[in-house]
Amino acid sequence: MRQLITFIRKEFLHVFRDRKTLLMLFGLPIAQIVLFGFALSNEIKNSRIAITDYSKDAVTEQLISKIASSNYFDIQRTVQSATQLEAAFKKGDIRMAIIFPADFANDLVHTGKATIQVIADASDPNLATTITNYITRLVGDFNTQTALTAGRPLQILPEMQFLYNPELRGAPNFVPGVMALVLMLVCTMMTSVAIVKEKELGTMEILLVSPFKPIYIIISKLTPNLLISVVNLFIILMLSAVFLDLHVKGSILLLTFDSILFILTSLSIGLLLSINAKTQQAAMMGSMMGMMLPTMLLTGFLFPIENMPLPLQVLSNLVPSRWYFIIVKKVMLKGLGITAVWKETLILTGMCLFLFTISLRRFKIRL
Amino acid sequence: MITLSNIKKTYNKGAVQALNDISFSVEKGELFGLIGPDGAGKTSLFRILTTLLLPDAGQASVDGYDVIKDYRHIRNRVGYMPGRFSLYQDLTVEENLNFFATVFDTTIKENYDLIKDIYQQIEPFKDRRAGKLSGGMKQKLALSCALIHKPSVLFLDEPTTGVDVVSRKEFWAMLKKLKQEGITILVSTPYMDEANLCDRIALVQKGDILSIDKPAAIVSSFPGELYAVRAAGTHRLLQDVRNYQGTSTCFAFGDALHVTFKNAGSQPLLEYLHTKGHADATIEKIQPTIEDCFIHLLK
Repeated sequence: MRQLITFIRKEFLHVFRDRKTLLMLFGLPIAQIVLFGFALSNEIKNSRIAITDYSKDAVTEQLISKIASSNYFDIQRTVQSATQLEAAFKKGDIRMAIIFPADFANDLVHTGKATIQVIADASDPNLATTITNYITRLVGDFNTQTALTAGRPLQILPEMQFLYNPELRGAPNFVPGVMALVLMLVCTMMTSVAIVKEKELGTMEILLVSPFKPIYIIISKLTPNLLISVVNLFIILMLSAVFLDLHVKGSILLLTFDSILFILTSLSIGLLLSINAKTQQAAMMGSMMGMMLPTMLLTGFLFPIENMPLPLQVLSNLVPSRWYFIIVKKVMLKGLGITAVWKETLILTGMCLFLFTISLRRFKIRL
Repeated sequence: MITLSNIKKTYNKGAVQALNDISFSVEKGELFGLIGPDGAGKTSLFRILTTLLLPDAGQASVDGYDVIKDYRHIRNRVGYMPGRFSLYQDLTVEENLNFFATVFDTTIKENYDLIKDIYQQIEPFKDRRAGKLSGGMKQKLALSCALIHKPSVLFLDEPTTGVDVVSRKEFWAMLKKLKQEGITILVSTPYMDEANLCDRIALVQKGDILSIDKPAAIVSSFPGELYAVRAAGTHRLLQDVRNYQGTSTCFAFGDALHVTFKNAGSQPLLEYLHTKGHADATIEKIQPTIEDCFIHLLK
């Protein structure tokens, strides 16, 4: 026991004396949150659009002021001719153009029908779809409002409600994703590097030629990483609460428990990587390439798994972060309890035990 | 204390022969040297004896325990210093020593006597990180760490490689002292001059043992007489001596050539060299060194 404690203390000394790694360990979650939270948002804010109004009547003024009052658009009204519009699109100055034809109000009053031309830059299809949807909704709203004030009967009004994330913010989706990504990366990388480092230095030779049991070596290597990862987890939760206004709805205890389970799974993967890697670089590349891509692509936080071809869907079941991502979403966003996530928890437990047993059995007691 | 019989080891599925049917034994309390150049198989031998590698064939035992079956027992009682400096660079001198003492389930206090002479020299730097030590001090620290649990057998793989001359001398003086404590020591070195400091040596080359004996006995087994030939312009001298019909072997050793002849007597060479323009050539009979024997055995 005294041996184990000394060994664990030694591991902590390694971590705390390596400033660069320490900076990376705690910088990574902060950088990810900032990156996803503020820079890489798929919400539409201040999209530049051009509005060309050939009619210039009361109705178009009303509609334009309604569009302007939303926060989504940054409206330019200087572009007037078709050639100017085309040039603006080509330069990328505007993402969308709304054109009110002459006689807009006239048509509306006399035929009960008027058209607006909406032209969107679809070179970015997601953005184009999203902003045209916003416009359609705004115009629809405007329609029903004027219809109601005019007192026309029998209207069917769809009332939409967005559950768990009414403002359609990005944060509720990416915070669980960042948690999965950061914990996975940090755990696998740190563990594999920590063990391969001893091999590279040659200290592993001395440790093996000692009464110290291999399982102790593994435990002492994993302990600091486990603790650091738990600290990382709380940093992420705190950052998302303070800066992104995203709080844990469910039980923090349950979330922590499942996170530790996920951390242990990732640590075991790191252990497994280290057994075959000869150099620290190989271990690092292995964890980056081998873990980062599957975690990014097959977790479901960048691309929905339901839309993937079947082989990829099957493959995604093998990615631990996929299950963890589901757990975090359910517990953190929906506030559900263990009854809702027992299946995922069980799968993670199984993966964890399986991976740990394999790496333990494959840990080499010789060179 | 250490026995090996018919140990074989190959790498890359038999493509590289590391050890070729090696057999020898080391007595208790003996200071045994493995002498040979890089790639001779010394490290493979150490790793097999310290249970880090499995031999392809043959048996070996350390302190009465089989290196394959009883590897746990062996790991409890040997001290091992691998060839590369293998301590934690980011831990201080004291932290390193403490760590290895604890790993071997002992304390610095308990065995301080054993390492006192060595450790005292680096104790003033005990708060310095191991990575910041000089080569000689690193070596002393590594030896202290390997000794801290009072091993019955000490394996030192090229402990003096990359260490300055003074530190090398001190190091060997320490080994002598440890021997007096009754510790069996197996040490490897590429430096032939260190061979004389061992009780017995094995000359190894490409996985084969060329000779095992006391250094003095190996030297006296050198056949024939050895001469040192000196003159200005060693390179041209080497060519000329080699072309001389009476020359058996000729190798450059520093500023001199070590020469043996087919027949006894050396005088005709000097005359031959004078005709070749080496007016300042001198020749003297010398005692062969371990290195001479090694080169002789390599033929």
